[in-house]
Amino acid sequence: MKYDVVVIGAGPAGMSAAIRLRKNGSSVVVIDEQPAPGGQIWRGVERNSGPMAEALGTDYREGAALVQAFRACGADYMPETQVWQIEEGWHLFLTSGGKARRIGARVVLLANGAQERPVPFPGWTLPGVMTVGAAQILLKSGGMLPQGDVWIAGAGPLPLLYATQLLGLEGRIAGFLDTSRKPGLAALTKLTGAWRDILGLLKGARWLRDLRKSGKMVRGFHDLRAGGDGRLQYLEWLSAGERRKVKADILLVHEGVVPRIHETMALGCAHEWNELQNYFTPQLDGWGETSKAGLFVAGDAGGIGGWLAATLSGEIAGLGITKHLDASFDAEGERHKAGLDKRLASARALRPFLDALYPPPMASIADEVIVCRCEEVTAAQIRSVAKVSAPDPNAVKAATRCGMGPCQGRQCGYTVQALVAEAHGIPPRDVSFFNIRPPLKPVTLGEIAALGDLEDVS
Amino acid sequence: MNADLLVIGGGLHGLSAALQSARRGVSVILVERHFLGRHASGATAAGVRTLGRDPAELPLSLEAAGIWHEMNALVGDDCGFIACGQLQVAEDEVALAKIQARIRGLVGKGFAHEKVIGRDEMRELVPDLSPHCLGGAWVAGDGSADPHRTIIAFRDAALRAGVKIVEQCLLTGLQRHSGRWIAETSAGVIEAGTVVNAGGAWADRVAELAGEPVRQSIRTSMMVVTERTQARVKPVVSSLGRKLSFKQTAQGTMVIGGGSQGRLASDRQSASVDFVALAASVGAAVRLFPALKGLRIVRTWAGMEAMTEDHLPVIGFSRKATGLIHAFGFSGHGFQLVPSVGRVVADLVCEGRTNLDLGAFDVERLAKERAVA
Repeated sequence: MKYDVVVIGAGPAGMSAAIRLRKNGSSVVVIDEQPAPGGQIWRGVERNSGPMAEALGTDYREGAALVQAFRACGADYMPETQVWQIEEGWHLFLTSGGKARRIGARVVLLANGAQERPVPFPGWTLPGVMTVGAAQILLKSGGMLPQGDVWIAGAGPLPLLYATQLLGLEGRIAGFLDTSRKPGLAALTKLTGAWRDILGLLKGARWLRDLRKSGKMVRGFHDLRAGGDGRLQYLEWLSAGERRKVKADILLVHEGVVPRIHETMALGCAHEWNELQNYFTPQLDGWGETSKAGLFVAGDAGGIGGWLAATLSGEIAGLGITKHLDASFDAEGERHKAGLDKRLASARALRPFLDALYPPPMASIADEVIVCRCEEVTAAQIRSVAKVSAPDPNAVKAATRCGMGPCQGRQCGYTVQALVAEAHGIPPRDVSFFNIRPPLKPVTLGEIAALGDLEDVS
Repeated sequence: MNADLLVIGGGLHGLSAALQSARRGVSVILVERHFLGRHASGATAAGVRTLGRDPAELPLSLEAAGIWHEMNALVGDDCGFIACGQLQVAEDEVALAKIQARIRGLVGKGFAHEKVIGRDEMRELVPDLSPHCLGGAWVAGDGSADPHRTIIAFRDAALRAGVKIVEQCLLTGLQRHSGRWIAETSAGVIEAGTVVNAGGAWADRVAELAGEPVRQSIRTSMMVVTERTQARVKPVVSSLGRKLSFKQTAQGTMVIGGGSQGRLASDRQSASVDFVALAASVGAAVRLFPALKGLRIVRTWAGMEAMTEDHLPVIGFSRKATGLIHAFGFSGHGFQLVPSVGRVVADLVCEGRTNLDLGAFDVERLAKERAVA
């Protein structure tokens, strides 16, 4: 037996799609790496209550209702399960509890979200330096607050949100290094669209105000360096021509999020380049279907839009998939009846403003900085190879081993692409991404060997 | 652009032929459709193996073995070659008898490179080996190299020898006019007196463009690389009758291959991994080394390489076109032969003949019958 639909990811998009698909009568399994539904945004939402839920904010608390509806929708749910290979047709290879298996489906929906954009700088690999997203996971899943002199460096809504959540829980921040550029005219011209989401704007303003009140806000600096003997001990930066140095125990960094594309890249789907945010997105039709028939994408994995847009794109994908399975289904009618396009436009209204306000960092990476953490390859090594190779990151990968480690290029992919573009004097969009080699997640030799007597899950 | 010699294909065989021809004073242009070593040369396990070869290949293979031990002299780098030995294990009595018979046959023909070893000697060489293994064949001078370092070393040596390398250059037409080849490419027209076809999986396309259609298929051998682990397996290990070759690299990763085949895309331009088929090789590996079961796989791939019906390469002059030399069809075991085949091809380019008998590699055996009009 196989399912009508396999949904990968139990965040806002995956849960919404599953609920809609179950209403339409499809058999659905939702596979997720986390122990409970909710995705990154609503991690631990069924468990967190009281002051913690209060501090995490209204957006967070809204997740509880959707998780409840998902639990009740009748979809099979496989938590703590990793999908490490997707084959056309469709067959998915999974591991849970140390055992690998395979399931079949007529349609696959990728709702696996986003990852933080890795931005290498001197000292970023020191213990004590981590991402804001990782810190927020610790907060939501274990209530853990960072201790000591805690600095945040970065731009985008997430650092502001995290800082506000932290302060709400009596956490302390030594300072905030705001790397965003001053919003210029480019950002302001997008404001007419943003007015439709006036609540979103007010929320951003409140975050900023809370932050300014509570601690140190540093702006207009450059050349940030993290240093220390074996672990983070201090930060340095240049401000108005002067080098500043402060004590630091924890540095949380964040430069925006980018869609997860390893799955669609590995399957050879067509991709587009997002000029504002410098990332690839799979090419999708109006229902979220990729260039491969029967493979759909919803939520941030198809382009960053936030949780509300993700729930709506999940519903739209659910309708498109139903139509894919049953051509007589009136997907357009349902879409119109539910007002999905109008609601999606409103949910995305603030996005052009945010994208223009927080462009990806453009500073050139210093030669000594490690770009590939797994194989410890520096920017200098990549530059010297890129200059004498064809403008293809895969040639750099072969020659330097960068991107060959366990993270499979998730940390260095875009940086290598940018360095190759720089070496050849061409725009990044004209440089391809790494060829993605399976497995999508590490799996053991023993698990693969056991596939010899594989049994499909029924 | 024009040159004495145009080499089509920037894999190791193309680079080796280009390098060794240029060293003898020939002007050379090499064209590569993607980037150097994109397919078989970059996807190989890089075994340097005389063990278990078809006797027809042995003269080339034994010559190459000598060059691998002195690789610095050829390209200015040892290419990461380590003479760690190659071991072919017999897991049962039938396999052991086959190995013993093969080595008796080799000795009868005057070849003494392989030797039979017993269980104790084998366990000394590879202490982690499962106790069910009975014995095997051993070549101490064989080993393995680093494929990417080999590509870079051959590229740099070729550039120093004056070879002009054009990457991202696709061949679209090949015609002979007044004693010269006119090659149409995505980088413009290239004229040359002689052409070497080292097109790997797409060598049949090159042969067809030159007017000599051949029967050739594509192998899509899969490989597995694990995370790094402490050094524990020195030689390259294979098992007779099983799709397995196994080695630990200088970086500490385990590389498992052995010929399990992936899926070839219908346009024959790419291949993908078939995990159920791969389970055969991985299963054979953990049967030999049960302690490695918990090791995590970080990467797998399916390489693409020309395969002939008899698994022997095509090396030598075209039977249909003047000034065309083939070097393709290595069927998954061409890596070790790179230095000697390049020498032989350079002989053909520069002198029109070579000292070795290339009869077994004649393209004629693969000629496509033309339909009678």
